[in-house]
Amino acid sequence: MTDLKLQIIAQLNLQDLKPEDIGDDQSLFVDGLGLDSIDALELIVLLQQQYKIKLANADEGPAVFKTVRTMAEYITAHQATNS
Amino acid sequence: MSNKVFIAGLGAISAIGNNVAECLAALQNEQSGIGKMQYLQSVHKDKIPVAEVKLSNNELAKIAGLSGTKSRTALLSLIAAKEALNHAAIENFNSLRAGFISANSVGGMDKTENFFTEFLQNNTKGKLRNIINHECGSVTELVADKLGIKNYISTISTACSSSANAIFYAARLIKNNVLDVVVAGGADALTKFTLNGFNTLMILDNKPCQPFDENRRGLNLGEGAGYIVLVSEKVAATLKNNPNIILSGYCNANDAYHQTASSPDGNGSYLAMSGALKKSGLLPQDIDYINLHGTGTNNNDIAEGTAIKRLFEPSFPKMSSTKAYTGHTLGACGGLEAVFSILALQHQIIYPTLRLQTPMKDLPFVPETIFAKNVKVKNVLSNSFGFGGNCSSLIFSKI
Amino acid sequence: MYIIATANISPQNTFEQNEVLKNIVEYNSNQLTCIEPDYKSFIDAKLIRRMSRIIKMGVTAATKCLQNAGVSQPDAIVTGTAYGCLEDTGLFLTKMVEYNEELLTPTAFIQSTHNTIGGQIGLMLQCHNYNNAFVHRGFSFESALQDAIMLLQENEAQNVLVGAIDEITNTSHTILSRLGLYKQGNICNSNLFAKKSKGTIAGEGSSFFLLANEPTENNCAKLNALHTFYKPNNVSEIEGSINNFLIENAILLKNIDLIIVGKNGDATNDDVYEELEKSIFKNNVTINYKHLCGEYPTAAAFALWLATDIVKEGKLPAVYLKNELSENPIKSILVYTNYQNIHHTLLLISAC
Repeated sequence: MTDLKLQIIAQLNLQDLKPEDIGDDQSLFVDGLGLDSIDALELIVLLQQQYKIKLANADEGPAVFKTVRTMAEYITAHQATNS
Repeated sequence: MSNKVFIAGLGAISAIGNNVAECLAALQNEQSGIGKMQYLQSVHKDKIPVAEVKLSNNELAKIAGLSGTKSRTALLSLIAAKEALNHAAIENFNSLRAGFISANSVGGMDKTENFFTEFLQNNTKGKLRNIINHECGSVTELVADKLGIKNYISTISTACSSSANAIFYAARLIKNNVLDVVVAGGADALTKFTLNGFNTLMILDNKPCQPFDENRRGLNLGEGAGYIVLVSEKVAATLKNNPNIILSGYCNANDAYHQTASSPDGNGSYLAMSGALKKSGLLPQDIDYINLHGTGTNNNDIAEGTAIKRLFEPSFPKMSSTKAYTGHTLGACGGLEAVFSILALQHQIIYPTLRLQTPMKDLPFVPETIFAKNVKVKNVLSNSFGFGGNCSSLIFSKI
Repeated sequence: MYIIATANISPQNTFEQNEVLKNIVEYNSNQLTCIEPDYKSFIDAKLIRRMSRIIKMGVTAATKCLQNAGVSQPDAIVTGTAYGCLEDTGLFLTKMVEYNEELLTPTAFIQSTHNTIGGQIGLMLQCHNYNNAFVHRGFSFESALQDAIMLLQENEAQNVLVGAIDEITNTSHTILSRLGLYKQGNICNSNLFAKKSKGTIAGEGSSFFLLANEPTENNCAKLNALHTFYKPNNVSEIEGSINNFLIENAILLKNIDLIIVGKNGDATNDDVYEELEKSIFKNNVTINYKHLCGEYPTAAAFALWLATDIVKEGKLPAVYLKNELSENPIKSILVYTNYQNIHHTLLLISAC
């Protein structure tokens, strides 16, 4: 999950954050890290670029990008089905 | 400062017609201009429908009397601006203080993106003639020079509300006695830059759009240009075609909510519409028709609809989104839709929202779905909202 | 109308109040780059991560200007930029070409819009008022200023935040160099006018002003008039426009204490100014400013900032060594500047 956190930090230009600053179960959006809808679109591209996973539609975003853990689980599940 | 500003001429080119008469005929015949990409060269051409002007650059250049190597935006702009000026038929034009206020969102980007392909491989390469008119203002100047307008030239770019802002800046230049006559509106050609930009926002519909439909999926990008000629009361009195439509109200407000999205309660839209009403001295019930911004995105239509609900409830004027015909023409839409709004006043007609099947369940009104003639249309409100929270509304009135 | 406050980020020390133009910052290059302040005290950390340099410079100068004026919410926000947000535009274009229109992200596209800076200022201030953006080459700032003046005249606004922002990026500098705009070889901005040669030096800046209908106690200056003209045919047409401007504003050149002119070091470009200095300006003191900020389409905003500073202080800043000026305070200034001999600007500024 540290790799994923590094990728998120790079993609979203979260300059002052280190992977350990983001909790595995910390909410990424409003109350947690404070990300917004533009970040969600950036994360969709991150999944495509790094993991070749394409979100069927943007509505899936909120559930998938809830926390780093939900993202990691989504990646694992979809990489399994791909291979 | 209480003097009126009259509309003396109209010019338009869009996916539904190469001039005002053709656009009007298509509106009446409910012919949409949205379809498969034919002219723009993009890898998305089979997946993303667009509303293109059905002419190549060379064909446009012939009509415009400008080189076909110039930006498509300049070609579209010149064709519609010239039509508007010819329509106004102002005999003593050269003795008047004339201005050209145009809008566009990405200037000569259609040429810049060609330049960049070669430039990125080797920065001494790429034809300079393709980059020289990159700036928004350069496109305006190419057209102004052809129109022979010199006294005052400017360009506005506030994303999708750009040309609505251009029109009312023009009116204010007349009211403040800076100018006597102004050609105002906007133009935008489809570019890969904007197509891909909107694609990253995941708000493009891969089918023809359905504004204000419960099951709407997003917008279709379009291209075109729309201009109107605004004149002072004094100039209007000298014109043979007796102008009887005025720009009676206008307002620019900011949603200040998000960089690209509208607030759920449509705050900016509400402020723009109510501000325009206040300026015109009209009441909500005086409005006979609203030409909606109505892009077809989830977010815009609910925000705009909610703002209309707040302002007009319980009695709603007739309304429709002509973007179902022309696509979203970005920097041109305020100009094109101003032309359509004025045509509604002149011909006492109201356009339908094509493909509207299931009304939005959260709104207490349904936009028009059939073309209507012989309707009393005295005051028309036209909405244009854009990125950066920019919300502008115009009111045209028949006097 | 009155200029209540200003803020200016430029290639010189113009942002920090106590350092203003004490010494010239020299550049041994044909490109002058803005001295950037510490943005963190002006912009929320959450917002700053997405902002490119021009957006940071824009919102910071705007914020500082409002702070200087003691105004929290202006009645209107109007910006002018010729090139817009070039870095974001270039970034999105580059990725679009490199990835062949696939796997693109929205941030650079969103930020490339020409009204990004005005929109960001509105968003930061939660300001729902009038917000407009002009993008007309060498008239971008002048149009924004014209809009502000009209808003005040119409009583639609009691104060207006108006600003000009333009940046140079590596890409734009490369392209504009290929178009032959800039000097080649060794050049230092402090010797820009020493000998005649082709080309100028590239500049950039972010200058904001708070204009108001009513004076306040700490007024900076009065903005008496603005006039622009486009593509004049010859110098006598320029002289005519300047004379008309002065007549309309009922002022004689002999009553103007200082003229700020827009020479940029390019031999052809500067001919116009030199002819005027021999004709209608011959009895006036003129100073240049583009050796300080470089040449860019919205450079007239730097001139307005400089004029405001001079009438406020009553004297020239230390970077100017002018002996021919009398001891009397400088109270009225004419700015005449043009961009590429296409866009010509006249401004009349006086002390309060």
